[in-house]
Amino acid sequence: MLTGYLRTDGRKGIRNGIVVTYLVECAHHVAREIVHPFRERGVQLIGFSGCYPNAYSHKMMERLCTHPNTGAALLVSLGCEGFNKSALLETVRKSGRPARLVVIQDTGGTRRSIAEGQAWIEQTLEQLRATPRTEMGINELIVGTKCGGSDATSGLTANPAMGRAFDFLVQQNAACIFEETGELIGMENWMAERAVTPELGQEIIKTVGKAVRYYATLGHASFAPGNADGGLTTIEEKSLGAYAKSGQSRISGILKPGDVPITGGLYLMDMIPDGEVRFGFPNINDNAEVAEMIACGAHLVMFSTGRGSVVGSAVSPIIKVCANPKTYKRMADDMDVDAGRILEGRATLDEVGREIYDLLVEVAKGRPTKSEALGHQEFVLTYKSFEPLGPACFPSAA
Amino acid sequence: MAFFQKTDGSGALLLAPGDNIAVATAELPAGRELEVAGRKIVLKSALEVGHKFAVRPIASGSRIVKYSAPIGVAARDIEAGEYVHTHNMASDYLPTYTLEEGHKFVKEVK
Repeated sequence: MLTGYLRTDGRKGIRNGIVVTYLVECAHHVAREIVHPFRERGVQLIGFSGCYPNAYSHKMMERLCTHPNTGAALLVSLGCEGFNKSALLETVRKSGRPARLVVIQDTGGTRRSIAEGQAWIEQTLEQLRATPRTEMGINELIVGTKCGGSDATSGLTANPAMGRAFDFLVQQNAACIFEETGELIGMENWMAERAVTPELGQEIIKTVGKAVRYYATLGHASFAPGNADGGLTTIEEKSLGAYAKSGQSRISGILKPGDVPITGGLYLMDMIPDGEVRFGFPNINDNAEVAEMIACGAHLVMFSTGRGSVVGSAVSPIIKVCANPKTYKRMADDMDVDAGRILEGRATLDEVGREIYDLLVEVAKGRPTKSEALGHQEFVLTYKSFEPLGPACFPSAA
Repeated sequence: MAFFQKTDGSGALLLAPGDNIAVATAELPAGRELEVAGRKIVLKSALEVGHKFAVRPIASGSRIVKYSAPIGVAARDIEAGEYVHTHNMASDYLPTYTLEEGHKFVKEVK
């Protein structure tokens, strides 16, 4: 049994951080300076750089500022940007969390805004010590999975081992999210066979078709030169490895970024925008999708890497699973799990899957991950546009 | 799709019985003789961990199959023991971007 921070909506968090959120790039520096002295005390920087309003980024911000791992939110606005700051402030306040808006133009500039923000953080950190804690079951956990800096070992060791951990979680009715439909190209029919209903299977095939069209228009698959250096030849080969993260459970539903699963089960997050291609690449880097899964409520994200990614994330801890034994030897300080042992014949997939699961429970109980301890709090949010999900995408349709 | 559990230490791994490529689980030198699924294969070039080689001749235009799944198509005839990568295979979906000199995208084969 875990112990969670109880929120007024009934959800429970495994961390109790404060997010400091810049609402336009012009407020980024002030927000970063506010965070700096508190960065080892659970105070984290997130933000949205754009000046134009966007429904997706607004929803993302709402979800992150009211995430179960978030205890309080400080919004930092320049003053003239397009972001609807009062609506966001209202949402956070309604959630019962301490919230504060600092408008740089009204406060009187950089120095005064930093001082005001820091004073509020100091006082709020004190207040958060009184956050009620309560029993939390594994079935209340939401866990995401991601691969980044992949090579040909990712799909042989770390990804299927994380898939095993997913299977253990789904058996206990936790909600598990896999994603990157752009890196599931070629796997659509395999996934459709695993859907709980034929209608959901058709929706899965459609979402992958959307990804193919999107990347074809952009002229570039979700494939970095390092993937080829690591032995991956085509997007579908990379997809095959990425697909292994999903484990063997039935697929219960589709989510879009910021949709919180209401029941346990395995979900595919469709992160490719709807409609004609706008705003550029849907996953400009690994953290874009990590942030989206966290906005879906993920308490934790398992992250596999073969080439050696070092990233963490704001809001939710990242468990780093290293696929390649050579990379592990070089970068052990950044890696939580050495899945390359499978390639060396020193462990089985099931053993590493169990190890990941056990670690995940420890992290949920408060043990910091490697990236957390190193202070990694990467975050990125860009423009996108989505349409609502169709009825076949929800588990209730099953 | 069942994933393999553990390597046998031979340095090569055939992920599913019908696959026409196998992967190196250790660094393998050119000329290394291997036995994969009962066939004797001599590697035509050195291989790094995770990289793949043909376990039987693959005709130009036919599917490359890994873990029972098609991962692309042979861009030319490939011999058994030959390294299989961006120089001799291509995607059925989207071209592959590399930093190799002379060609940034590996052309799609129709």
